[in-house]
Amino acid sequence: MSEGEFIIQAKGIHKTYKLGAAQVQVLKGADVSVKRKEFVAIVGASGSGKSTLLHILGALDRPNKGTVQFEGKDLNTMGGSELNKYRNKMIGFVFQFYHLLDELNVMENVLLPAMIPAGIAGWITKKAKAKNRALDLLKAVGLKDRALHKPYQLSGGERQRAAIARALMNEPKLLLADEPTGNLDSATGNGILELLERFNRDGQTIVMVTHDERVARRAGRTITLIDGKVS
Amino acid sequence: MYKFKLAFRYLYRRKISYLALIAVALCVFSVVVVMTVMNGLVSNFKEKNHNYTGDCVVGTNSLVGFPYYEDFSKELLSTDFIKAVSPVIKSYCLISTEGSSRGTGLEMMGVDAAAFSRVTDFNRGLHYHKNDPSKAFKPADEPNLPGCIVGVDLWYQRDSRGKYDYDIQPPSAALSVTCFPLTAKGALAKAGTDLVNTKTFYLSDFSQTGLARVDGSTIYVPFDEAQTLCGMIEPIPRISALHIKFKPGTNIEEGSRKVGAMWSKYFQQQNGKPNAELLAQVNVNSWKEYRREVMAGMEKEQIMLIIMFGLVGLTTVFVVGVVFYMIVSHKTKDIGILKSIGASFGDVVGLFLGFAGIIGLIGSSIGILAGLVFLKNINNIEDWLYEKFGFQLWDRTIYAIGLIPHRPDYTILMIIGCCAILACLAGAILPSISAAKARPTDTLQVSQL
Repeated sequence: MSEGEFIIQAKGIHKTYKLGAAQVQVLKGADVSVKRKEFVAIVGASGSGKSTLLHILGALDRPNKGTVQFEGKDLNTMGGSELNKYRNKMIGFVFQFYHLLDELNVMENVLLPAMIPAGIAGWITKKAKAKNRALDLLKAVGLKDRALHKPYQLSGGERQRAAIARALMNEPKLLLADEPTGNLDSATGNGILELLERFNRDGQTIVMVTHDERVARRAGRTITLIDGKVS
Repeated sequence: MYKFKLAFRYLYRRKISYLALIAVALCVFSVVVVMTVMNGLVSNFKEKNHNYTGDCVVGTNSLVGFPYYEDFSKELLSTDFIKAVSPVIKSYCLISTEGSSRGTGLEMMGVDAAAFSRVTDFNRGLHYHKNDPSKAFKPADEPNLPGCIVGVDLWYQRDSRGKYDYDIQPPSAALSVTCFPLTAKGALAKAGTDLVNTKTFYLSDFSQTGLARVDGSTIYVPFDEAQTLCGMIEPIPRISALHIKFKPGTNIEEGSRKVGAMWSKYFQQQNGKPNAELLAQVNVNSWKEYRREVMAGMEKEQIMLIIMFGLVGLTTVFVVGVVFYMIVSHKTKDIGILKSIGASFGDVVGLFLGFAGIIGLIGSSIGILAGLVFLKNINNIEDWLYEKFGFQLWDRTIYAIGLIPHRPDYTILMIIGCCAILACLAGAILPSISAAKARPTDTLQVSQL
């Protein structure tokens, strides 16, 4: 398999957290490689380091040791503004607790990733195009009629759909989902998984973290983390 | 763009923001009202002093006075920047009404009413001869007798509205004025005798400068009479001061410097003449320098007030800082979300500083508007309070203040508004930086080990 096939490669990832005086080693040399258009599930018990690994892949956290290469570029060599751009353009995050901004309505939440890099003048020129994209996404996740609702007016499943639409707003090359069904009942969770499968079929690369084997089986490939290492 | 949108949403969705808004508005309101009133009082006081003095004074504090003023007056009037010059005698006297043996010590000013009115606002302060000051020293009943003008507070008591109950014409009153004439050497002119210079003057008008100390202790008599009474008429006529009015457009400090230079030259030219040594005691001052002692107290009060409002500003910074710490502690999740979708350190700082700026802008606008409305009605409010409860900010029977100053200085309003916004930004800067430094993995609380 050639290196170019992989969209992201993490090698020898170590991560240690301080918990008071104690040090907890969460990742102990984890290796993960994800190919384009792949749907990968990272599974593991609670505390196995799967969320930490996802954060490192998404540049929300830095490893103590090891490298993460996105399309061949090492994230460790990127400066702050490059990492911001990386999180804004290349990555889409979906969280277990949706993490929508309560002050904004659904449409505004979805538009947010497009608004962040644009100044006032830049936003005026790209606003119409961005709105069309947001509407298409809301239609795709079944929330077109809920565009002007506030997050607190939506059900859990609807909030997660809105969060997925937001994550895909800037057409990221990689969607990272952290326990996307963890806070939902099984029927609603199933709907979210179907949505992810559909986007994957359309070519979206997805890395999903879950502790649920049944959820993981919906992915094309499963990586199991045990004690901070890929087994 | 999203920063403004979010900042506005934070403002009206978070009730705690209203507290910051109210704190800013109240601070701005109080600063606007007190600064306007205080500045008005100070400006008004300065204006009254300027009107009373003229633009520049060539004079001496010595009661002996100085000679050779006539030639210097002519020299001054020949320049292109001086409009008018008026010689003045300043001394002390005792006055008593007819039949009374008790004398009251007063300041006496000998002026040519018409000339002095060209230099100062003397005629505007007269009650009966505003339009014709040349007749100000002519008593209504007996115009051929020598008249005198009395500071209004010596005669009348202000009513609760600060007004005087003038009669249709000046009351018939004869005032006996006693002076202690001095020779050019500073000795009593009639030393060795019991005699002093006494003359009876008849009340012809009242003078109201608006300066309580002047209006409560000064009697004005005709220039020639004062010069005689004070012993300044011979052998060489002397005066206490020359009051000068510059032509419009002349810078007062610059004009005073020119007069100073002219005086230095003139002083040299008089060297060797009899009593020329008296010229050495003469100073040339702009009206501000001349009235410095009187105005310094009020200016110090104004500086104290500015310092106190600086402390009010610090309180605003602290209140806004506390409110922002509370807001930021409630918004850590939002910070994590924004960072996870690409917001930078600067974006997060900008968001919260924008929020603070909006609070400052709206708060100061409300405070300024409320202040303007209050100031517009401040005298009506005081009238109403006086009618209902007998409350007055200043007892007008005691203080020579008419209306409470209420005209705002828009430059000062702008400065106050800008300071309020800056205070909000200062209060928000530390919470904003601490928010921007937060790690998304901590704020989103998803790093489940």
